[in-house]
Amino acid sequence: MNEYPRPRPGSQPEYASPTYKSTTLRAPSRPLIQLPHSLSELTGPVYGHNPIGPTDNDLTLHFPEPPQGERIIVAGRILDEDGRGVPHAMVELWQANAAGRYRHQRDDHPAPLDPNFLGAGRMIADDAGNYRFVTIKPGAYPWRNHDNAWRPAHIHFSLFGPAFVTRLVTQMYFPNDPLIPLDPVLQSIPDSAAQARLVSQFDLSITEPEWALGYRFDIVLRGRKATPFEEAGK
Amino acid sequence: MSLTPTASQTVGPFFNFALTTNASLGILAREGAKGERVFLSIRVVDGAGAPAQGDAMIELWQADAEGCYAHADPNFSGFGRLETDLNGTCTFETIKPGCVANGSAPHINVIVLARGLLKQLYTRIYFADDPANANDPVLALVPEDRRSTLLAKPVQGRDNTWSIEIRLQGEAETVFFDL
Repeated sequence: MNEYPRPRPGSQPEYASPTYKSTTLRAPSRPLIQLPHSLSELTGPVYGHNPIGPTDNDLTLHFPEPPQGERIIVAGRILDEDGRGVPHAMVELWQANAAGRYRHQRDDHPAPLDPNFLGAGRMIADDAGNYRFVTIKPGAYPWRNHDNAWRPAHIHFSLFGPAFVTRLVTQMYFPNDPLIPLDPVLQSIPDSAAQARLVSQFDLSITEPEWALGYRFDIVLRGRKATPFEEAGK
Repeated sequence: MSLTPTASQTVGPFFNFALTTNASLGILAREGAKGERVFLSIRVVDGAGAPAQGDAMIELWQADAEGCYAHADPNFSGFGRLETDLNGTCTFETIKPGCVANGSAPHINVIVLARGLLKQLYTRIYFADDPANANDPVLALVPEDRRSTLLAKPVQGRDNTWSIEIRLQGEAETVFFDL
């Protein structure tokens, strides 16, 4: 059985990241124990119990009236490390509304809730790993991490690939956001190229005329190098 | 072509309305599922002993009672997901998994996501006093004095109920794995 390669040093955040205060009491202090990959790590959940509805990937259609804000399209491909599409990957996303407020009872940012925006969506990527969501551009919002701290506009992503080790929860950012260099969450990633890959790109081919700007966000899940046997068995 | 996997970011404090609205994901074994029924209560605490109040999420992945991940039991799902409550706790309804390979002990694979965790933590839950634990190859990689952090223990006075604390940091910190 093939092992998944380990992430390159610097390409993932460390648990302990002092500028992100919540890590102070939550980052493990002992070294992790490296496990060889067995069936427990190389298998993964298949979704059956939660059928996906036809509008689950269009966050502007969850209420009879459209939400406030700038409508956008976020699309891309889910790939493995060899650049192959990951078919049928489950993608979930969630975000604040255009004013920077989450529909969450503990978000007390004094910005308006939008009765026409929930801010949660999901879909299953197609055979080639393509996904596409319609939503509104989320607003930046303050948090209490440090003095005058603001999160750059972002959309949370949660993905399941084929195995327990391909689970990924991340955040997508928007190009040219002045808050990006100031954000301890994004800056927790040591490698600047890995940071940059979390910033989506404006894409005219995803943009729809007279309707909505498009942003491309490709996501790479951990993926083992295929053996000739596996390729032949497809 | 060799691409670098996308970097992880924290799930943040406000995931609940998107990820944990379906409480049925706490029930892995419905009535009729084969196996020994288990209520598994998991509590997440930080380095100061404070519970993760509503801002941690636990995902489980486990085999069926025969040790099979790719099973066909319609009353059993190997995947579970719940948010912690204000006490830092969530309780799953499942069955005790079988042994997935020769020599391995029954275990449940666990992902912890939370505010303050920039990437997920992986751990495992074993069942205290299971004789198979003595030969489990993963437990053998864990220093003996830390193995107990991976053992769920029966709750006195409540049938089929097991509990475990996931301590993110500090004294008696749970063993986490690099997968």
